[in-house]
Amino acid sequence: MNWTWFHKLGSPKWFYDISGRWLPWLSVAAALLLAVGTVWGLAFAPPDYQQGNSFRIIYIHVPAAILAQSCYIMLAVAGVVGLVWKMKLADVALQCAAPIGAWMTFVALLTGAVWGKPTWGAWWVWDARLTAMLILLFLYFGVIALGQSISNRDSAAKACAVLAIVGVVNIPIIKYSVDWWNTLHQPATFKVTEKPAMPAEMWVPLLIMVIGFYCFFAVVLLLRMRLEVLKRESRASWVKAEVERSL
Amino acid sequence: MSNVFTQLFTREARLLCRRPAELLNPLVFFGIVVALFPLAVGPESKLLETLSPGLVWVAALLAVLLSLDGLFRSDFEDGSLEQWVLSPHPLPLLVLAKVLAHWLFSGLALVLLAPLLALMLGLPARCVPVLLLSLLLGTPILSLLGAVGAALTVGLKRGGLLLALLILPLYIPVLILGSGALQAALQGLAATGHLLWLASLTALAVTLTPFAIAAGLTISVGE
Amino acid sequence: MSFESFADFLAMGKHGLYVWTAYGISLAVLALNVALPILARRRYLQDEARRLRRESKQ
Repeated sequence: MNWTWFHKLGSPKWFYDISGRWLPWLSVAAALLLAVGTVWGLAFAPPDYQQGNSFRIIYIHVPAAILAQSCYIMLAVAGVVGLVWKMKLADVALQCAAPIGAWMTFVALLTGAVWGKPTWGAWWVWDARLTAMLILLFLYFGVIALGQSISNRDSAAKACAVLAIVGVVNIPIIKYSVDWWNTLHQPATFKVTEKPAMPAEMWVPLLIMVIGFYCFFAVVLLLRMRLEVLKRESRASWVKAEVERSL
Repeated sequence: MSNVFTQLFTREARLLCRRPAELLNPLVFFGIVVALFPLAVGPESKLLETLSPGLVWVAALLAVLLSLDGLFRSDFEDGSLEQWVLSPHPLPLLVLAKVLAHWLFSGLALVLLAPLLALMLGLPARCVPVLLLSLLLGTPILSLLGAVGAALTVGLKRGGLLLALLILPLYIPVLILGSGALQAALQGLAATGHLLWLASLTALAVTLTPFAIAAGLTISVGE
Repeated sequence: MSFESFADFLAMGKHGLYVWTAYGISLAVLALNVALPILARRRYLQDEARRLRRESKQ
């Protein structure tokens, strides 16, 4: 297999050029997918036979939750790449992705709470999944706080990488222990997940929304990373040319 | 190699014995936190009995966390950490010796103090073996995981709060399993499942965290 | 289309309040996530341009 593309990622200028070319396409894809998914989910999908129309929150809740979880795994992968291959771009990716992941976790928690009110009758239930998401939010806060409190840029990135890797090893343990805690302490009265399998009119828009959220994540990540690369390389001549071009 | 391990271990033990105040502070903190709960929730013995597994575990967890804040600080300030990183001996091993010594003195004392406080909260005496066993298996994990955070934050001016922020989410499985074991014992159920899980987590922590601690120390020293 | 009229669509059965709060807040968060880096980039480029001009004058 040809690995040159991987090593090219080490060059900030190459990344800046190629990401600039991808960005418009990704933005269009994200906007289209999100718009189609939202309209389909809100207006055309049939209402759930138990929850009525409140189930339509699923079309943002589930994609945000999936994205929040995979974003943390991405942090750890970027951390490994940064620690093993000393790739600066992986450091940038790690620190730029952490706030997006935290925001996605926040969206998942908030929509979960709003959905919980009509479904469970309470804004917050110590349900295993909700609790696991809350812990994930704290894990994100930890990475962000550590990155901000270390002044040296490279050590900050390395420290965040170690923390993200430790966190990712812990996530399955946390998930299983929280599941176990939930079944032991309080019998699960309500379960959103134990519904009959969804019909296609319901899950197709969900799938569209999930892909749309991933595209959205890629767009925001590239936006943040491109700015960070510009800041880090501010002495390079191509950055000066880019600044002059933007005027 | 094992020679270095024992040497470092005895050095740490001797250092810890020379500063008994640092060993006592987490224990006093443990006692005070446990005493705060009856004052907050009221003196009803039935309520306290049902809450006691969680209270003892939360207090023990916070006490361990508090004791870990200064784990590497003096070594960092006097430069011995740099020597560790530069030495030809494997850093994870050295770190393991250090954390083990710390646990033997502060963690073990905590385990021994816990039954007294738990009995004061109204935990029946038949649950004490499970309490001891769960703390015995759980506190090493707390020390090792906390040491990862301590290693990452050792170079920072105000690392204490950050340490708590980084490490407390990672403590959750231990808290769930430890207090769960005690809860099961309180209800007259078998606690073996919880304890076995805790034991396997201890094995996992002893094998994996020294590498993370070593990586954290290398980063902090290199800064 | 699973709604009879636009008013029906807004009402979402009895759950209009919940559905629209959830979607509204999520939309705000997503918009914020896009707007912040774009604004930060614009500000950075302006600052850099000013700095470059100042340095070239000297």
